[in-house]
Amino acid sequence: MTTVVPHAGTRLVDRFERGLDAPICLTWELTYACNLACVHCLSSSGRRDPRELTTAECRALIDEFERMQIFYVNIGGGEPTIRSDFWDLVDYATEHHVGVKFSTNGSRITEDVAARLATSDYVDVQISLDGATAEVNDAVRGDGSFATAVTAMERLAAAGFAGFKLSVVVTRHNVGQLDAFKAIADRYGAQLRLTRLRPSGRGADVWDDLHPTAGQQRQLYDWLVLRGEEVLTGDSFFHLAAYGDALPGLNLCGAGRVVCLVDPVGDVYACPFAIHDEFLAGNVRDAGGFTSVWRESDLFLELREPQSAGACSSCGHFDACRGGCMAAKFFTGLPLDGPDPECVLGHGEHALDARGDADTPRPSPDHSSRPRKVAVALTARVGTPDRRPDRSCDEHPLAGFTTDSATATGSAPAGR
Amino acid sequence: MPPADPPSTAAPFDPARAYALHPQVALRPESFGALAYHFGTRRLSFLKSRTLLAVVESLAHQPSGLAACRAAGVAPEEQGDYEQALATLARSGMICERVA
Repeated sequence: MTTVVPHAGTRLVDRFERGLDAPICLTWELTYACNLACVHCLSSSGRRDPRELTTAECRALIDEFERMQIFYVNIGGGEPTIRSDFWDLVDYATEHHVGVKFSTNGSRITEDVAARLATSDYVDVQISLDGATAEVNDAVRGDGSFATAVTAMERLAAAGFAGFKLSVVVTRHNVGQLDAFKAIADRYGAQLRLTRLRPSGRGADVWDDLHPTAGQQRQLYDWLVLRGEEVLTGDSFFHLAAYGDALPGLNLCGAGRVVCLVDPVGDVYACPFAIHDEFLAGNVRDAGGFTSVWRESDLFLELREPQSAGACSSCGHFDACRGGCMAAKFFTGLPLDGPDPECVLGHGEHALDARGDADTPRPSPDHSSRPRKVAVALTARVGTPDRRPDRSCDEHPLAGFTTDSATATGSAPAGR
Repeated sequence: MPPADPPSTAAPFDPARAYALHPQVALRPESFGALAYHFGTRRLSFLKSRTLLAVVESLAHQPSGLAACRAAGVAPEEQGDYEQALATLARSGMICERVA
């Protein structure tokens, strides 16, 4: 064990919780437009917002990211490739030393696009798939979406793009398919990435029905422990650390401290799972731009202060799970200084029961193309009383980071 | 389009040889040390002290890893720790050997 750390006793995670001058990475939703209407969409996407950043504004923002030395951005949406200037912006970012990883449903990954992506060192791709079979996937992501994603993976593999990401939101219906997902990833030379279902956006409407049961959470944890760094998680399951060993990753809530979200209209939120006025720090169009929002907004400065463990302070596992996900608590109507709704010790369930039928915060804004509350065909309700949804983090921008406090350096795949 | 895993075939770190930051690695100084990001492997590393950052930055101008540690003011009794840190960085491809 090396001790090159001059500030003995100060863990890196503690430094990160006090915030950095610039995010380590951030999520940038480029558009609210989407050709799909996934029932659990974090950003309630569907229709483009007329106020979305222009190409010039996007470029100026990339310039700012470069000045702040933000190494890479996780681009999403909506379906980001729908923007006509998408490829121009990707090129602009990489030319300005801002790496790009973008999430897509695969619908625009043509053979030409795949060939082009395969030649870039600075662009990574994440294909979303939420079932290892069409039946399970399409119930959540829509008819034909399984076939679309598979076609995109076939094209990327055929073009020689090794190591792209296959990104799966773990649900009650696909948690039994983890080995099958791994096999799909292996077949196409991709890396599997599993993330947590959040009650954010439209996810609020389906969380009760789709979030893994307590038994499934344990099954997931055991599976992840066996896979180690082979499977990415975007740091999104840090609430499971209370089972025992922490999973690879930073295991902290980086919201407003080392990560954030920029939405299509330039609003800056603490994290991708917290699109709500409560977590809105400012807008990149404000005087001072993104830099000022990041460094000076009241919200972010407050998040960098020591947080109360509240009801969790007497729990012996608090150091491991750190109270779980802020957004999950918020959108399930639980206090932010109490247990995560999916607390592995069951404290979250008790808190939800105690909360009763009180109204939970509604996601804002909503760009859904259709009225909300889409029935999930596969849902088999486990006999719980009707309960409002909870939200948690899914696409944590720090997916995959690990630190090894035993050495002078810590490292991990930065692919979230 | 990077390999999914960092290179592991490189020869073990040897403090007597000359090294440099990998050309695809960017360093961002931080109060605790620095962040290092490898655009090829997409891995992020944390350099947990400013001295380690100074060592890494001086690698390219020094004839050996050992000389880089000396130039950055690493005390002899800390030399082993810093060599281990450099070995970790070499294993993950953050620094690589160069012709002296």
